[in-house]
Amino acid sequence: MTLIIQNLSKEFPVPNQAPILSLSKISLTVGEEEFVSILGPSGCGKTTLLRIIAGLDSATSGSITLDGETIDRRSSQMAMIFQEYSLYPWRTVIDNVTFGLEMQNTGKRPARDIALKYLNLVGLAEFADRFPYELSGGMRQRVAVARAMAIEPEILLMDEPFGALDAQTRNMLQKELLEIWEKTKKTVLFVTHSVDEAVYLSDRIVVLTPRPGRIREIVENPLARPRDRTSPEFARIRRHVLDLINESSQPKEDLIVHPPSL
Amino acid sequence: MRSLRILLLPILLIVGWEVAAYFIDNPFVLPSLSTVIPILLHPFSTEYTLGTGSLVENAAASLFRVASGFLLAAIIAIPLGIGMGRSIFLHDFLDSTIELLRPIPPLAWVPLALAWFKIGFVSIVFIIFIGAFFPILLNTIDGVKSVKKTWVEVAETLGARETDVLTKVILPGSAPTVWTGLRVGFGIAWMCVVAAEWMPGISLGLGYLILYAYNFGQTNLIIAGMAVIGVIGILIDQVFRAGERKWFSWRSLER
Repeated sequence: MTLIIQNLSKEFPVPNQAPILSLSKISLTVGEEEFVSILGPSGCGKTTLLRIIAGLDSATSGSITLDGETIDRRSSQMAMIFQEYSLYPWRTVIDNVTFGLEMQNTGKRPARDIALKYLNLVGLAEFADRFPYELSGGMRQRVAVARAMAIEPEILLMDEPFGALDAQTRNMLQKELLEIWEKTKKTVLFVTHSVDEAVYLSDRIVVLTPRPGRIREIVENPLARPRDRTSPEFARIRRHVLDLINESSQPKEDLIVHPPSL
Repeated sequence: MRSLRILLLPILLIVGWEVAAYFIDNPFVLPSLSTVIPILLHPFSTEYTLGTGSLVENAAASLFRVASGFLLAAIIAIPLGIGMGRSIFLHDFLDSTIELLRPIPPLAWVPLALAWFKIGFVSIVFIIFIGAFFPILLNTIDGVKSVKKTWVEVAETLGARETDVLTKVILPGSAPTVWTGLRVGFGIAWMCVVAAEWMPGISLGLGYLILYAYNFGQTNLIIAGMAVIGVIGILIDQVFRAGERKWFSWRSLER
């Protein structure tokens, strides 16, 4: 499985004005079992990039192929996990997880078994018959992960999935996600604006510049997992990534230190 | 204590009514309760309804007409509303016409109904249809538009086709709002039936009964008929509310 993005650009039309360039000439290759983060400040087009990869939006130019084939949003090779709560509130937890299997006409029984397997993986099997409104934010995102995993995609696309959670829950889910990833060895493309999250999770960090989003640098992260957020090596990579973001997001004049005006 | 608060005003009204009836002493203006209650206690008897159908027969006739017009409205308004909620083209094509027709009261259609469908069942059903149609349609459009875009996108990335999106996301996602439309639509339909039964050539129905009683100067029968209309209206509304609690509680519980 290889995902190849070549020269991808995206413009958004603006009435009576020149279109806004959101992404510019993104080229990226993602291989089997890789965990890649796409990192950038808000407005850099990182979510747009992920949506184009998922087939939910189309690129203005450039190409994306998965093993040489063009992307279809309905393909079961990819599944996406959204930032906001995306569970179906009228379905129980397990019926949410079986949704994708229903779309593939998996029988009721086997679908239930597969769903339970993935609910077990995210530690929520005992909540199978509850409704989403009975769950906390972290639990809901775990269900969303189980729902995406249940169709057994090769690539998991995650759009700031933990962005709405408190710091503690967020750290816990990051840890759990890595455990699941190590067990299932999916390819993960993870969009985030948190440097810490990107360094903690990924093999490679694709740092984007502010609008239009261009690839500033792809940072390799060779640290062994589980990673220690307080180690000097972790801090070194984090510093490097932060520097990349700061230098690309600050126009020159912002770097002049103004005396405080009273 | 709460039940006392709820019942206090009705009790006061009944007492006040009796007192007023005693002093007015004119059963045509305000009959005593003692002349209304016996009618309500004999719903199957025709003796209390001046030789026309019994209360139950009249109520059944009205209910059947309302149910017919209401179902017809639902069958047309729900698919149309889904189409208008999903397709900007269909919405723009129909919206101005609908907005123009909507403020016309159902009763303003009576002369046209008589001209088109003659006297009888079809005309009544048509008036009820007009009354129920717009609340169901507008709520369906709202319901479909309120379906979160993310819900649809999740379905698509999980492999859903157009029809899957419609039956497994749009329909269940909009169902609570559609249900509200049905409840409101039925309420309006029920109000319309009474007036629709004042059309010429009708010989059964609660609306007809009230008018019939008026022609005989029997105000106690008028009030009994009104009471039946009110009670049936409440009961059906409660059925809709019970359905809402049973099937759509997720909407109010969702954070």
